[in-house]
Amino acid sequence: MSGQASARPMPVAVSRWSPFVTRLDRSAGAVFILPAVLVILTFSIFPLLASLYVSLTRLSFSEGGVHLTFVGLNNYAKLVVGIDRTHFIGVTVPLTPVTGAVLAVVYGGFAFLLIRYLRGPGATVLGFVGRLFTAVIAGGLIWLVVDTVLTSGRPGTLVVTLVYVSVDVSVQYLLALGLAVLVVQHIPGRRFFRVVFLLPMMITPVGVAYLFRMLTDTSKGPLYPLWAHFGLTDVSWVTNPWGARLAVMIGDVWQWTPFIFIVLLASIESLPVELNEAAVVDGANRWQLFWAVTFPQILPATSTVVLIRLIEAFKIVDLPNVLTNGGPGTATESLTLHAYTIWRALDIGGSAAVAYMLLFVVTFVGITYVNLFRRRVTAMA
Amino acid sequence: MSRHLTRALVLLMGVGLLAACNSSNSNTNGQFSGTTVRVVTFTGPQIAEPLQRRAPDFEKLTGAKIEVITVPFSDLYQKLLTDFATKTNSYDATVFDPQWMGDYVPPGYLEDLTNRVQNDSALQWNDIAPFFRDFSATFKGHVYTVPLDGDFQMVYYRKDLLQRDGLTPPETWQDYISIAKHFQGKDLNGDGKADYGSCLAMKRSAQSYWMYFSIAAAWLQSQGTKQGTFFSTDNMQPLTNNAGAAAALDVYKQLSKLGPPDQLNNDVGDSRGLFVTGRCALSLDWGDIGPLAVDPSQSKVQDKVGAVILPGSKQVLDRSTGQLVDCNSTLCPYAINGVNHSPFAAFGGWSGAINKSASAKVKDAAYAFLSYMSQPAQSSVDVTIGKTGFNPYRTSHFTNLGPWLASGMSQTAAKDYLGAIQASLQSPNMVLDMRIPQTAFYQQTALDTALAQFLAGELSLNQTMAQITNQWNSKTDEIGRQAQLDAYRSSLSVTK
Repeated sequence: MSGQASARPMPVAVSRWSPFVTRLDRSAGAVFILPAVLVILTFSIFPLLASLYVSLTRLSFSEGGVHLTFVGLNNYAKLVVGIDRTHFIGVTVPLTPVTGAVLAVVYGGFAFLLIRYLRGPGATVLGFVGRLFTAVIAGGLIWLVVDTVLTSGRPGTLVVTLVYVSVDVSVQYLLALGLAVLVVQHIPGRRFFRVVFLLPMMITPVGVAYLFRMLTDTSKGPLYPLWAHFGLTDVSWVTNPWGARLAVMIGDVWQWTPFIFIVLLASIESLPVELNEAAVVDGANRWQLFWAVTFPQILPATSTVVLIRLIEAFKIVDLPNVLTNGGPGTATESLTLHAYTIWRALDIGGSAAVAYMLLFVVTFVGITYVNLFRRRVTAMA
Repeated sequence: MSRHLTRALVLLMGVGLLAACNSSNSNTNGQFSGTTVRVVTFTGPQIAEPLQRRAPDFEKLTGAKIEVITVPFSDLYQKLLTDFATKTNSYDATVFDPQWMGDYVPPGYLEDLTNRVQNDSALQWNDIAPFFRDFSATFKGHVYTVPLDGDFQMVYYRKDLLQRDGLTPPETWQDYISIAKHFQGKDLNGDGKADYGSCLAMKRSAQSYWMYFSIAAAWLQSQGTKQGTFFSTDNMQPLTNNAGAAAALDVYKQLSKLGPPDQLNNDVGDSRGLFVTGRCALSLDWGDIGPLAVDPSQSKVQDKVGAVILPGSKQVLDRSTGQLVDCNSTLCPYAINGVNHSPFAAFGGWSGAINKSASAKVKDAAYAFLSYMSQPAQSSVDVTIGKTGFNPYRTSHFTNLGPWLASGMSQTAAKDYLGAIQASLQSPNMVLDMRIPQTAFYQQTALDTALAQFLAGELSLNQTMAQITNQWNSKTDEIGRQAQLDAYRSSLSVTK
């Protein structure tokens, strides 16, 4: 009975539901992906869009909740042309012969690269427009750095962040490369040094900041005897803008060099030895071995780790916040700390605007790096 | 028979007294067993320390468990506001800056404590000095906080050094600078190292910005408390761009160079540490240095410290012209020896408040705890301990010298210290701190950043005054000039 009952409706069911089932089968992939997409939308895209909206508003507190008033681009205008301009962009001054010459060299280089691209075999209109856009934005940022750092002007949080990123990542990469090359040599204690070089990365950033705060205290810190020996107890790192920035950068380099070190070490250790052996047979010296054989092979790892560090370095906040509270003045304040300072006074819209400016800069630098450097390096390797 | 009657009467009176005590004291009998109160305040050790230390005693008395949550001072304002506004209600009570009532009371985040304090005889409400009852505790006629601390800034000096060199305590800011210059670079504690003329907290994003108005008030306010120091009470124009503000900035800058080399990175904890270890001749601070200076575990200047009301100025701002003019009996009616003193009740004193959204039982327990902390039995001891961060705020704290002497302070030192606070507290020209909506932006963000930039040389004196003024005006216009003016006038009409 039951067997008959279950067998009889089947053909009807198949005929009635088959188009639906077929369609379901076809979209099964999308259906299975949907939860993940929804999670991403909820936790990534929605906050991004919500914070974009918040950056266009002013928040106020009223009985029973908060009130958002739409103010258009006011929060952005405050940063670029309004009362926060000197804080965000800095103080610019007319060009001097030196800064003019530096900019002429940089812009000349850009022009040369653009012309070379146009004359090249694979030039397209879209490619040229993209490069021109990149050159204009990069040129603007470089002008800002040159005109506020190399003159009597004053860098704002945008420029300070760019300085942190460029100096920190460059020094970290060079140090990490040197250490990685050193540690792969068959030297005594190499296992010990591998662990030691990794330690700074394992310490919480706030701990690192406090550590450097003590180390830079010339009047009563643990290095007091050293400072006293050189008669430097009356010199303070943190009352001089560049001294304070240097302290922040040293701390950041100390903490994040191990990250690049471990990636490069893994990359070098995984290289086949045959190429090196062949080069040795061909009479290559140690420098040639490194420059012509090892370095090109680790370029893919290099480009990836530098991209990760670039993005991370833009978000620096712990060190300047704990080490100097962004001081003296606003000398060590990064963009993230700038956003945090405004947020603390509950100017949520202004804080979101700074955060979005940071997002624009990071996106620009990231895309430029990937398009102009990483793809080329990866292809070359 | 009569003896039995007398005994019975005494017994009856004893029982009656006990019952009366129980009914008047809100924190006995374990009535809050099973209740937990989450109290948030700033990362100590000050302020959090006495709350944490007394919480177990309170639990034994009432059964209520007190969880003290601490956050950095610079985060406390927004943590509370976002917690209240989003109805997260992570905190049942807070010990906070009463200046922020302007942001917390109008939206209805804080419990009205008016009836509670009036019916709590154990609290001895009238023993709390009128200023703290009216300013730190009351907003628009209703009581919202229980004062736990009394805050005035004053100047501390090394009595032994000044006496040795025939100097007198500073009466004006110029005197202060002269004394600081005199001692800068000399060994002041016998350790062979060069020490400092003056130690001030000048760190950014900390508690330093109050120091500037302690100096500026001498030029900006001379006609009594209701004149106000921050804005014109006519049109809410900031008093930050005039000859008085310029004179104060000049003093502030000079002082930045008459201290330790990393003074720009020093918060109050650093400057207090330097002073009590004998490394500074002068300091400007709240009342904390007094008790810290007698703490044998850290002080090297026991019985060597004097305190005076904030120095003043012989010239004050003529608000109609924006220029400085010499003091006379009309311009400076409260001047002493021709010097206008404007003691600054900076901050107002840490005070306890209760989240209106907490459950009734938790609110009762939270109030009982705040009352317990403020009652003379506890507070008279706490204000004598340096690490509590609590300074005297009750009449009995000033009149009862017993706890001060027990803490190790000599009679002379106690009278000196309490005298300086009382002179400030009783001054008709006392400066009330700002208490308007978004006070945190005006002071903690705009003022603090500009002062830090000025000290670092990023801004000139005129640029600093212009930046503070523009940012304050911009915020005032954003919120509404009339609304802010009303709030400012309302905060100044507090009667002492």
